[in-house]
Amino acid sequence: MGVFMSIIRLMLHWLGRRTLRVVFGVGDFSLFTGRSFLSLAQTKRLATRIARAVHEQGTVCLPVILIVGVFTGLVLGLQGYHVLSRFGSQGLLGTLVSLSLVREMAPVLASLMLIGQAGSAFAAELGIQRNTEQIAALETMGVNSHGYLVAPRLVAALIVFPIQTALFVILGIWGGSISGSVLLGVDSGVYWSAVHRAVEARDLQECFMKAAVFGLLSMSVCAYQGFHADRNRSAVGARAVSACTTRAVVLSSIAVLVADYIISSFFV
Amino acid sequence: MEPSAYPVALQVECLQKGFNGKSVLRGVDLEVPRGSIFTVLGPSGTGKSVFLKCLANILQPDAGRIRFDGRDLGAGDSAAQDEFRRRCSFLFQSNALFDSLTALENVALPLEQTTTLGKLEILNRSRDALRQLEMEEFLDQYPAQLSGGMQKRLALARAIVTRPELVLFDEPTAGLDPLRRNAVFAMIAKYQRHFNFTALIVTHDVTEALVASDRVALLNQGRIAFVGTPAEFSSSRNPVLSLFRDSAQALGESLTEIRRSHPTP
Repeated sequence: MGVFMSIIRLMLHWLGRRTLRVVFGVGDFSLFTGRSFLSLAQTKRLATRIARAVHEQGTVCLPVILIVGVFTGLVLGLQGYHVLSRFGSQGLLGTLVSLSLVREMAPVLASLMLIGQAGSAFAAELGIQRNTEQIAALETMGVNSHGYLVAPRLVAALIVFPIQTALFVILGIWGGSISGSVLLGVDSGVYWSAVHRAVEARDLQECFMKAAVFGLLSMSVCAYQGFHADRNRSAVGARAVSACTTRAVVLSSIAVLVADYIISSFFV
Repeated sequence: MEPSAYPVALQVECLQKGFNGKSVLRGVDLEVPRGSIFTVLGPSGTGKSVFLKCLANILQPDAGRIRFDGRDLGAGDSAAQDEFRRRCSFLFQSNALFDSLTALENVALPLEQTTTLGKLEILNRSRDALRQLEMEEFLDQYPAQLSGGMQKRLALARAIVTRPELVLFDEPTAGLDPLRRNAVFAMIAKYQRHFNFTALIVTHDVTEALVASDRVALLNQGRIAFVGTPAEFSSSRNPVLSLFRDSAQALGESLTEIRRSHPTP
């Protein structure tokens, strides 16, 4: 009985410690993001830095968004056609492809691609800057490191993620039409009119809201992990940078999927 | 009294700092006279860099008081700390240069972000700082394309471009050969006279520090064991000082012996 109670006590102790750590982490992350936005007012040459961040997240990541967008549409068209043909409803292919992309797939997949390319690079860059004392140097100069390094990227994410998602949607629907109409024989007019009828303003609103929230959330997580690369007690130097980059990608991907469920539950 | 007329630039009282229950600084007391080169010597691992980082507010001290120009930089007084950052520069041991910015952009950065100067004025002042450090030819080079000595000069240019009143040097000669060590101390002495800032250096290079400094202190086991002029440091019979001097000398002799027994081909 005594052993059993000790095990229970140890488990509760472990659970309590983990919970406290999570609560502290979420609070610290929220303060970090809030501080970054508040520091926008103090950052000089902000437009230049935002433009550079838009280039990093937008132009550099464009090819991967275009490729993934087209192939997602192609696969959706292919799979959707074979499922719908069982019920003789091939005419609804446009509806299936467009709504799947607009409501779910485009914001989620575009965000995951952007996390993989821009987010990981951002976390690694901040991690190296922390390791080589560049962030400390900024602070000793009286430069607000949140405003200089983090805030422009968060603003850029609010601009870039919705644009990249819109491109993903357009290319995905076009990809769906290639596999549905060109390759599998669905009438092109039927496909495009189904797309036109299916997508409503509310769907677009959900799509762009998700894209903006995912952008802000994922880039904040990546920034937080990179900025605090030195907090990792199990790794230092290059290993700390690789650990913070991995954590940034994993946590921001999970955050996107959790946020997706929460936002979807409000719109459905 | 006008703050700038205060004879002591920096005053430290009973500064304490520890990590994971281990005490590193155990009550450091120090006064750095305005316009001087003040060097804090000490063996490696004695907390010299920690001391400097506490002064620069990179690390938060556990206890103690720091005054700059007579004004307390206590925790919570953000206005005093902002003022301190505006008037003070920090030269990192690793130089902490921004590797994605050119030499000119590195030097211009503090002016761009912390002053209201126009673009042209920033450009002129940055070029001027680089010219004074004989780095005019390397304006468009990235730090990785520069040698170790040039990176040190670039870091110094960035430190002085804001015309600070106090410059903190963290092991400025770490990892350099004796010739370069001399050159770095000569450079600090030259520009300290030129710009008339107060220089606080932490190092374990005794010989160069004694030549270049106006005053020296010895940090030993988390406390200041000695403060005085370089001449007093050399002639003092304080046992801690003798031990430090002897170990530094012994190291020099053993290195000379190694060189003699393994001559360069």
